[in-house]
Amino acid sequence: MPNRLELSGITKQFPGVLANDHVSFAVKPGEIHALLGENGAGKSTLVKMIYGIMQPDSGEIRWNGQPVIVPNPKAARRLGIGMVFQHFSLFEALTVLENIALGMDAKIPSRELEARIREVMHTYGLTLDPHRTVATLSVGEQQRIEIVRALLLNPKLLIMDEPTSVLTPQEVDQLFTVLRQLASEGCSILYISHKLHEIKALCDTATILRGGKLVDTCNPKEETSRSMAEKMIGAGLKDIVKPEGRSFGEPRLVVNGLTTNKTGHFDVPVDNVSFTVHSGEILGIAGVAGNGQNALLDALSGEVKGDERDAISIDGLGIGLMDTTERRRHGLCAVPEERNGHAAVGDFSLSDNSVLTARDRLGLVVMGLINSGAAKTYTGRVIADFAVKALGPAATAGSLSGGNLQKYIMGREILQKPTVLVVSQPTWGVDAGAAAAIHQALVDLAAAGSAIVVISQDLDELRALSDTLAVINLGRLSESRPIGDFSVEEIGLLMGGVHGEEAA
Amino acid sequence: MSLELTIAIIVTVVGASTPILIAALGELVVEKSGVLNLGVEGMMLVGAITGFVIVFATGNHYLAILLAAAAGVATSMIFGFLTLSLSANQTATGLALTIFGTGFSALAGQGYSARPVTLLGPLFPAELATHPLWRVLFGYSALVYFAFAMVLAVWWFLRKTRAGLILRAVGENDQSAHSIGYSVVGVRYAAVAFGGAMAGIAGACFPLLLTPQWAERMTAGRGWIAVALVVFASWKPFRLLAGAYLFGLVMTMELYAKAGGGPLSAIPAELWAAMPYLATVVVLVLISIRRDASTNAPACLGRPFLPSN
Amino acid sequence: MQYRLEKRREPSRFMLYATPVAAVALTMVIGAIIFSAIGFNGIGAVREIFLTPLTNAYKWQDLGVKAAPLIIIGVGLSIAYRANVWNIGAEGQYIMGGLAATWVALASHGMGGWWTLPAMMIAGVFGGAAYAAIPALLKTRLNVNEILTSLMLTYASVQLIYYLVRAPWKDPMGMGFPQTRRFASEALLPNIIPGTIVHAGVPIAIIVALIAWFIMSRSVFGYQMRVVGAAPHAARYGGFSENKTIWLALLVSGGLAGFAGMLEVAGPFQRMVPGFPTNYGFTAIIVAFLGRLNPFGVIFAGIVMAITFVGGEVAQTTIGLSNSATGVFQAMMLFFLLAGDILVRYRIKRVVPQPEARA
Repeated sequence: MPNRLELSGITKQFPGVLANDHVSFAVKPGEIHALLGENGAGKSTLVKMIYGIMQPDSGEIRWNGQPVIVPNPKAARRLGIGMVFQHFSLFEALTVLENIALGMDAKIPSRELEARIREVMHTYGLTLDPHRTVATLSVGEQQRIEIVRALLLNPKLLIMDEPTSVLTPQEVDQLFTVLRQLASEGCSILYISHKLHEIKALCDTATILRGGKLVDTCNPKEETSRSMAEKMIGAGLKDIVKPEGRSFGEPRLVVNGLTTNKTGHFDVPVDNVSFTVHSGEILGIAGVAGNGQNALLDALSGEVKGDERDAISIDGLGIGLMDTTERRRHGLCAVPEERNGHAAVGDFSLSDNSVLTARDRLGLVVMGLINSGAAKTYTGRVIADFAVKALGPAATAGSLSGGNLQKYIMGREILQKPTVLVVSQPTWGVDAGAAAAIHQALVDLAAAGSAIVVISQDLDELRALSDTLAVINLGRLSESRPIGDFSVEEIGLLMGGVHGEEAA
Repeated sequence: MSLELTIAIIVTVVGASTPILIAALGELVVEKSGVLNLGVEGMMLVGAITGFVIVFATGNHYLAILLAAAAGVATSMIFGFLTLSLSANQTATGLALTIFGTGFSALAGQGYSARPVTLLGPLFPAELATHPLWRVLFGYSALVYFAFAMVLAVWWFLRKTRAGLILRAVGENDQSAHSIGYSVVGVRYAAVAFGGAMAGIAGACFPLLLTPQWAERMTAGRGWIAVALVVFASWKPFRLLAGAYLFGLVMTMELYAKAGGGPLSAIPAELWAAMPYLATVVVLVLISIRRDASTNAPACLGRPFLPSN
Repeated sequence: MQYRLEKRREPSRFMLYATPVAAVALTMVIGAIIFSAIGFNGIGAVREIFLTPLTNAYKWQDLGVKAAPLIIIGVGLSIAYRANVWNIGAEGQYIMGGLAATWVALASHGMGGWWTLPAMMIAGVFGGAAYAAIPALLKTRLNVNEILTSLMLTYASVQLIYYLVRAPWKDPMGMGFPQTRRFASEALLPNIIPGTIVHAGVPIAIIVALIAWFIMSRSVFGYQMRVVGAAPHAARYGGFSENKTIWLALLVSGGLAGFAGMLEVAGPFQRMVPGFPTNYGFTAIIVAFLGRLNPFGVIFAGIVMAITFVGGEVAQTTIGLSNSATGVFQAMMLFFLLAGDILVRYRIKRVVPQPEARA
């Protein structure tokens, strides 16, 4: 039997980066094949070419043994290739049924379409109400729309792009059941991820990419997580250096009954959150995306003003009524999840971006005028200390790669020597080297006496960094306990909303 | 108030509302696709001068309307090319289009001032329209019935057809529509062209339906009112119909307040002239108070489409 | 031959400053061609509108007088547009400033002194700013689009002029014409250069632009305007209030427009007339864009626009070309500028055709 999909020598060049360098591998019928690699390894680019969104510069694609050209997604679907993207192509203001109709190439009358949708959902155990507006659904439910949409085409190859980054462990299990059922029926699955334990649990074969090149094709059931991780990252894995036997000092950040109001239609507000972080302590806050992390960060940083002075205190001083500038003056710095557009202004130089948050703590403003020389000097220090690959303080933030921009942003805040630092998704989408540097910088800052809060969806990151852990779900925070006290199952349940009492 | 006067008011209101309704319907479709075209006033003026010149030269009203629509499309393509193919700022380009349309129409209209043409006659035969109550229904020219028909057509198109669904999708989330494989730019070009055609026809209403002559800037800001109306109607065609008629009423009130005598006739003429514009501000305020109107706006409105691959 | 747009790493500063110049040049060339094609005297039009005002020394004073209000209003708009606040009603704020200054002049007629002009200036600024406060209030409180409100108010303000000069402010000795009386001498702007019409407003305009440049590039206020316009979420993160910025943008641009209104009524017009709205407020929008929202650039753009205005009048007398041609040329300049904008962020790359896929 010919391979369902075969890639030979696929190459794709972008200005400044060779995204795919002569990549070759094959997927058998009914095989669950992992495509493994760090962010920036070239997985997404490769898959976009399989799905017809881009064309390779050179190389050949074979489908069931025949060479093919996939000029656009429609052609891919006609071949029998379905794709579920990491970032959903959904229209929030429209209904489930309308969204699926848009994703279909043929015009199908809505009654017939609805019947077919219900049939697919029944076969694979997915539940959805076709007439609900997408905006009212949870992220896991939204993903189901994408899956149903792909399944309606009776695909012979289903590509899943980082499907579990937004799911609770229970939802991940449900997804795996569906995928195994599909594979048993002969549909091949191309599963893109960087989550090693999932790939070990689910996949038959794994192709590992690094820096655009193919590193290896192996059997994940025979490899260890560490061996696969080493192939993914390349260098020897360094453990984070945390000084042993640390004790924590005085409480620096005390949050007591913090609550915010709903801002938009689809946001999750903060609901009576309380926790304490001591000097030298790193508190990790775990949670699936969309459970109030952004609301929490905004409430702490001051972007969303509170109405209770003592809901947040630093070193005993109630700062709950202060705005962002005041809070910075009192020692609280924050790094939001979104880099370009929120933490930094893409069109501005790095020097101007330093003025954005550091102007008060570093005295960059004199009588209403900005001391641009001082801003440049500070920016130069950040660039040097954090090994930011940029042409200098005058480079625009938008010209930096994701990892370098994040290094700059973290450096800009850390070098202000804040008393309390709150960061959200500090290394999401950042390459391993930069991530390690950022993690080390956070640990060093804590060791110097600051209190740090790390909000993250990456449990591996939290396990490496945190001293204590709490889980946020629907705006509520669980009790924070030392990280060693938690098991992965417990964390997963808390993320999914089961708060201790109703354990399975 | 006598029946005669009531009938006269209704007829005048319908006439005054028609160009606004037509232009607003066009802009509604454009905005539903995610594009904000502020050049409606300019496109209407181009349509007005085109309609006038054709009627003046040939006496054929329907040809004039057709060519006015074509002129509107051509003008809108300047906007389309700049904003869709060159990703220019939509607000600035729309303003430039208005300035251009104003200047171009004035230039083309040189020498035509105070030269009269004839109005477009009623669509239905005159016998039907003799009885005053029938006049209210059947006494209008084709442009009025066109406007009504288009309200239904636009509603049906957006709600009930696949093409309308795609257009709405493009306006809600252009990145997703692009990922699925729809041509965002293509859909928007089509929408912009439709908006141009409607604006052209709306402009032609001025010399062909209302005042049978040409005067510089004869649309007097109605194009801007049409843009405001789309917001007021929360991008829904039937609400647009109601809103346009409300405005027609406001614009007509001056004439009938004077005729009716009483305290209203003491209001200075200038205040009456300012009334439609002040009413627009009031209407925009009301709609913002009543509900969170911005959530009904197409999510991509005004943002240029930059494919992320 | 296929072309592809490729994003630049950094926006091109060269293109940023070259595109306005290219836009003007292109307008002259393409404009001449198009006008000739339609049947007008294309080359003559371009010559009279763009070049004669520069070569004819008698016209330089007209240039100065026309450029001054364009520069002042343009500076204000460039500040507001930087912050993404689309004040389209500068014409209305200009009118209100002129009316406020007129009120002071009429109220103090015959009783004035050295304080009259400064009082008129304050009134002008205040009138323009107060009128701009309406869209500011509606936008910050109710999120009503400022483009529509400021524009609607412009139409209303024009009617206000008509009313005032027809009734309460009409010159009793004006032979029935709708206009106010001529201002007393202390309410008129002095001439800077004797024997010309160059009034004090002209150097004032340059000074205003220079001050604005300094503030926008060096001060926190300037930073605030830029950051709110470039990335509103980042601005909030950085501690800048979006609402305060909207207020400031509208009050400053409205105040400057009102100031220009005062200078015009006390300078060239010397009384309030129905013809006071000369579209400076709308032309200033083009000036702001052509000047790349930078006060220095606004000086250049204001002079270019003044050239086209003066040239338009010249063309009317010398080759009989209607005044409206000026508007067409101005719009063309804006079109070319907007078209060229993309070159600031993207460069054009030729696409090499793909080799055929192997069998």
